[in-house]
Order: sequence, then C-alpha cells, then structure tokens
Amino acid sequence: MVRLPVAGAALVAAALITTSAQAQDVRIGVSAEPSSMDPHFHNLTPNNQIMRHIFEPLVFMDSRQAVKPGLAQSWKVVDDKTWEFKLQPNVKFHDGSDFTTDDVIATLARAPDVPKSPASFAPYIRGKKVEKIDDLTFRIITETPNPLMLNQLAQFGIISKKNKDMATEDYNSGKAAVGTGPYKFAEYVAGDRVVMTRNDSHWGGKPAWGKVTIKAVKSDPTRVAALLSGDLDIIETVPTADVQRLKKDTRLALGSALSNRVIYFHLDRHRAETPYIKARDGSAIRNPLNDLKVRQALSMALNRPAIVERIMEGEAEPASQFVPESYPGTSKKLKPTAFNLDGAKKLLAEAGLPNGFRMTIHGPNGRYANDAKILEAAGQMWSRLGLEVSVESIPSANFFSRASTGGAGGVPEFSLFLVGWSAGTGETSDSVKALIATFDRAAGMGAANRGRYSNPKVDELTRIAIATVDDAKRNALLAEATEIAMADIGIIPIHYPLNTWAARKDIAIEPRSDEYTLAMSFKLK
Amino acid sequence: MLAFILRRTGQGLFVIAAMVLIVFFGVNVIGDPVWILVSPEMTQDQIAEVARNLGLDQPVHVQFLHFLKGIAEGDLGRSFVHGQPAIKLILERMPATLELAFVALLLAIVLGIPLGLYAGLRPDHPLSRGIMAVSILGFSLPTFWVGLMMIMVFAVMLGWLPATGRGPVSHIFGIETSLTSLEGLRYVLLPALNLALLKISLVIRLARAGAREAALQDYVKFARAKGLSPRRIVGVHILKNIMIPIVTVLGLEFGSLVAFSVVTETIFAWPGMGRLLLEAIQRLDRPVIVAYVVVVVCLFVLINLVVDILYSVLDPRVRLSETSS
Repeated sequence: MVRLPVAGAALVAAALITTSAQAQDVRIGVSAEPSSMDPHFHNLTPNNQIMRHIFEPLVFMDSRQAVKPGLAQSWKVVDDKTWEFKLQPNVKFHDGSDFTTDDVIATLARAPDVPKSPASFAPYIRGKKVEKIDDLTFRIITETPNPLMLNQLAQFGIISKKNKDMATEDYNSGKAAVGTGPYKFAEYVAGDRVVMTRNDSHWGGKPAWGKVTIKAVKSDPTRVAALLSGDLDIIETVPTADVQRLKKDTRLALGSALSNRVIYFHLDRHRAETPYIKARDGSAIRNPLNDLKVRQALSMALNRPAIVERIMEGEAEPASQFVPESYPGTSKKLKPTAFNLDGAKKLLAEAGLPNGFRMTIHGPNGRYANDAKILEAAGQMWSRLGLEVSVESIPSANFFSRASTGGAGGVPEFSLFLVGWSAGTGETSDSVKALIATFDRAAGMGAANRGRYSNPKVDELTRIAIATVDDAKRNALLAEATEIAMADIGIIPIHYPLNTWAARKDIAIEPRSDEYTLAMSFKLK
Repeated sequence: MLAFILRRTGQGLFVIAAMVLIVFFGVNVIGDPVWILVSPEMTQDQIAEVARNLGLDQPVHVQFLHFLKGIAEGDLGRSFVHGQPAIKLILERMPATLELAFVALLLAIVLGIPLGLYAGLRPDHPLSRGIMAVSILGFSLPTFWVGLMMIMVFAVMLGWLPATGRGPVSHIFGIETSLTSLEGLRYVLLPALNLALLKISLVIRLARAGAREAALQDYVKFARAKGLSPRRIVGVHILKNIMIPIVTVLGLEFGSLVAFSVVTETIFAWPGMGRLLLEAIQRLDRPVIVAYVVVVVCLFVLINLVVDILYSVLDPRVRLSETSS
C-alpha cells in the first residue's frame, strides 16, 4: 500500500525537469522564523539576522563581534557623556533617497517604542539624546557615562525618516521595509520564507548574491536533509550529532566559530533551606550551596572534557567564566576547573557532608544544544560524587518562568539548574551586570541573577566598570570582578558551544560568534 | 432541515464557548510568556514594562474579561510574538494546511477504498494479506519517523522530490493554492502522503470490513442471480452500501487532518497553521493558542454538519431530524 503512491510519485518526478537555481542565488535554511519584518519590533536573533540584510546599524560587528564602522564612518569621544559621529557620505536608501542625520534621529525616536513589541530595543536606546550638527554629523549625549555606546548602536538598524510613523504591518507588507542594506526586501511569506534581492548601488560595493531566500526549517533532521538534497545551499545550527557525518561528505563544507554563549549551572544562594535539596533521609537540611567547599566540590566533580567530547561531539569548549576568553573584559588567568573526583569527595567531607545529600537538578529541554543530555550527564557525575541526584528537564516555555519567579513569593524556584547566557553586546560587562551582580530592581542590576548570588566586592567593581569609558581600565575591572565571582563559584560554567554552518562545497563560510546567519558571511569560492 | 441546522449551530456555539473557557484558563496556568519573549539584556523594569504592555500583569479573570470584550468586537486577541491579530495569523496560514489536508484526504480515498474493497472481496488472496499487513504498519509507525524516512529516501537518496516547503502558489477564484502547477504537486506529494498514511490504513480497514459484510447480503446474491456484471455489483451496490461509515469517519478525520497536521508540517517545513500552533505553544503565545482552538472547534462543528447532510444524500432512509436526536 505504501508502494503504490510512491511508484506514482517516482513517475511524476522523473517526468519533470527540475528547475535549477541561478548560480548567484542562495537559499539559506534557518532554525527559527522571524516574527516580523519590522526591524524594531522584536529584539530576537531570528528577526535581527534577517533585518541586518535590509537595515544597517550605525556600527557593525565583525564575525567575532569586534566593533567597526558601519553607517557611521568614524566617531570620537568628546567627553564622558558626549560622543560625536560622522556618517558615511553618499549612502542611499533602497528608494533612492539620501541617508542623513535625520534618519538616525527618526530611528532613535521610533525604535524604543514600537507598539505591542514583546522585546524592544529600549535597553540600547533609552538615555540617549541626539543633537544634529549637520546632515552627516551628530552627537549623542547620555545621562551617565556610557562605555557601551558602540556595542549598543550596533544592535539595531536605521530606517528612513519617511517611515518613522509606519506601523509594524507596513513593514511586514514590505511597504516600509526600505533600508540602506546590501539586500532589498522582495517578499515575506509569513511562516515560510523571506526573499531579498541585491542592492546594486550599495555603498559597500556590489553584494555577492543576486537573490537571497531565507527559509525557516525548524526540524533539525529536515534542515540537514534539505541541504543534502540540494533544496538549500546553506544551513545554520547543524545538529551536533550530524557534524561528523557532514564533515565526511565531499559535497559539503562546514564552518564553525566559538559562540558568545556559556552553558552553566546557577546555584540557589538566597535561601537558608533550598526546596530541592534534602538530607538523604528526606529531612530538611540547611542549604549546602551556601558553603564554598560544596560549590567547589560540585564544580570539580563535573567532567567538562567528557561533556564536550561525548555529548557535544566536540562541538564545544570547556568554560571557565561568563564569556569566552577571546572577548574583551574576560580574565586571561581563569582556566576551566579540572575534573578531580577524589578532590571533590574530600571537599564534601570537609564541608561536613561526607554522606552527601539528596537533590533534584533542573534544566530546559530543547532550548540549547543537547541541554537535557548535559543535565543527565551532570546528574550522573554528581551521583559519582556520592549525592543522590534526580534530574528534571522541563520544556523551556515553563522552565524560564519557574526559574525566574516560580518559587514562593515570586523568587526563583530551583536549587541547582542549567541555563545558558549569550553576550549579545560582544563584551563582558552586560554579563557580569545581569548574571552575578546583586539582584537590584531599582538599579537594573542582576536581572538574570536567578541564583541571587551577592558579593559587595563584585557589585562595587561592576558599578565602577560600567561607568568607565576607557576600554583598558574597564576591561581590567571586569576581569577582576569575574575572577572574584569565579573563585567564589557564583556560577558553575560548563562549556561554550560552537556555532556551526554547513554549505555547498563551493561556498566559503565566515562563521560568526553571535549566531547570526547572514548572506554577507557567505561567498562563492 | 432549517430547524436541524439551527439546533446544530446552537450546540456548536455551546461547544465553542466551553472550549474557549477551558483553554483560556488552561494556558494561563502554564508558565509566564514574558520570560520567553524578553531579550536577556533587559532590566527588571523593562521586563515589567513588557508584561504591562501585553496585559500580563493583570489577574487572569481581568484578562478574560478583556478577551470577552475583544470577542464582542470580533477580535480574538493579538499574538504576543507577532503583534498581529491571532485570527489573521491563522487564516493567513490556513490555505496551506487545507490544501495539504485535502490532498491527504484524496489520497486516502483514491488508495484506501480500492485496496480495501479488493482485500474485502478476496480475503484469502495473498495480495489482500499483503495489503492488510502494510495497513498495520501504516497504523503503527510514528508519523515523524515515516516523514523523515520519506525525505531521506525520495529527496536525499533518490533526489526525485523536494525535501521541504511548499511549491509556487497561484490564485484560482481567489483561493490560494499550489496544486495548479506540476512543481507545486511535487512539493505537496511527500507531506500529503505522510499525513495520509494513517487515514489510508483506516479507510482500507473500513472498506474491507464493509465489503466482506456486504458481499454476503441478500441483495448481492439477488443481483448476482439477476445476472448483473460483477463490476456493477461491486461498483454500485456494494460500494454505495459501505460508503456511510467511510464518509462518517473521513469527515471527522478531515477535521483531524486539518487540526493536527502539526507533526507533518514541522517535519516538512510546510507553512501551515499547524506549525504556527507548535510555535505558539513553545513560546506561550496564548492568544494564538486560544484562537486556534476556536477555529478548530468551528471546523469540527461545520464538518459534522456536512457529514450529517451527506448521510441523507447517501441513504434516503436517514432523516436529518432523526440523526440529531
């Protein structure tokens, strides 16, 4: 019964002449679809990466997230709170109009307040005032010193002043999707694809591809199959299980870069008794995670190289801190904690817990590469340490709300849990500020500090660092804060995953650490 | 007839209201969408602002009142993720799903009925046994696995058919479809077959059971005695009599094809509303989930109505007023 339709399909298929794509066209398979064509609607990688083709930011980030001139040709720091920018001359929008300071002003006015936006660009824009000097020169004045000015300006694209008051629907329909970027909006089929064509008069030179089609193929095996069958030319987020096989395929080329993401365990530090840790007989005990020796033991008992080799299939590197060492503001002294089971057992005994305890560890399922498997492996490693560990993987829709506010009184619920964090700004201060600074709503610090770690010394260094405009000084302060927090085991870092792309053999890949899939990163060899 | 339709509509409205109530409060128990939506760099105040913008800072019953107010104005709520009216997102993707379900249904009928009839009329023939054995496979193999295998074999290894997506779309009488071109048919074949697999097996079993029973009936013997050709006996007398259960089941199954094509659409990257539902569930896009349920319940009510009317066409003995009691 299965055979009949298949034979029919074969006949139909054989009779058809497959339409082959033009050599200059490229079809890219991404893992998640964008929620809109409005560049300022939703600050989310699947949206941002598509928007980057059409709308360009003032400052670019290269494939390693280092800042470089974009629509702003040059800049200088006038004083601690004033930056002066000079725009690229002779830049034109897709509709032929000139790009000037007024477009920058219009963008900064629109981007933070798009109606119904679920995640706006306000964090990068609030507190910035623009002062026009001439058509190609302007100043940005901030309320407090802002060393991350450039990194923040690199996060959002510039729209034409004509489209300042256009609604998100007008961008989705393409009417307002007019930018200065290397590719022009051609078609958006919600839930299926975005098609863009070459902007022949792009200021940066002629773009490489005639037509770019970005298709959302959510299912990992299907995305790989679509590449193998030639339906797609490039795919992002190659599943780790397929990497070795694809590397052996002579028709394909792979490219990977260490990502700006760290996968780590957060530990409950705000409760004297933590809900998911009990004595072996089930009775309540004081929260052992408040004991440095216990935290050290947990970190030492994790066999990071094994997780990287066996579970991530080599597609990761053991982690020592919040952001990979190649980024500014990281500590060059820190090394991933070495696996030492006997040492860990000794520390646990010294902490007065030679018989261990019973605990449940939590993590999301399907949010990060192999997240549930890593959680299981960590559970097994801690069982070998002599703990009685249960593992609970939760769908991310539920995990993040429970991990943030699920406990009694709206505090984080879990005791020891796996999370990931990526440094979107391409440096360390945002990570330190969000993950490890004391949770303080009024100051906007520690927003992602779901363990509620608190160390006055780290807070002090962080506060000074985020107001220090001098790069070298700031980075030294951040490295110091990181070293203190890591010596205190504020988090238990596991690994930094690799971002891997696969493409047809004749396409050269420039892999990016920020996980963005851009047609500009691919060229015909 | 009119009284029947009115009564059915009333019942349908009640079912819709009950489902909306259950689903609205059900999805509100699971997680907090704010934590899925916000970007990690946001501060506590900015996160609270997002919750306020989306109305998520209100207690559930207040949110429900807002929702009811929206319904009164013909608005089922806006998607948190897309910022668009939820019903618009669903209707936008509906033609693709209807098209897929339609082709799957067609495959189920065209393949299922002849194969089932054959197996029913010659139950001991080896071919019949083969058909039944394969239909068991159709029942028991998981859809996602069969889908992946189809892609591996027909797209990757043989390269006959495209692995994913929907073909070029054209508009016929205002209806968006990809079925008018050969290219479009190539795209729809694998996903539709994958979606139809279970239904084909179902139809085979129904047709076989019906045919076996009907073949022994007096009217068949009489027809044979009268000297009618076997073709006429099978094609008219038996077929017509076994159609009632098949039409009932297919009607209901068409609803489930449309409503639950989630797995197939995800595997084949088919841009339909099933994938939208999956994303909505993963991102806790509550308005889309609720609107989807409303659409699907409406669809089922409508299909049941059509099936009941078809009954009376197929079997004049059935009166509509009776079936509803």
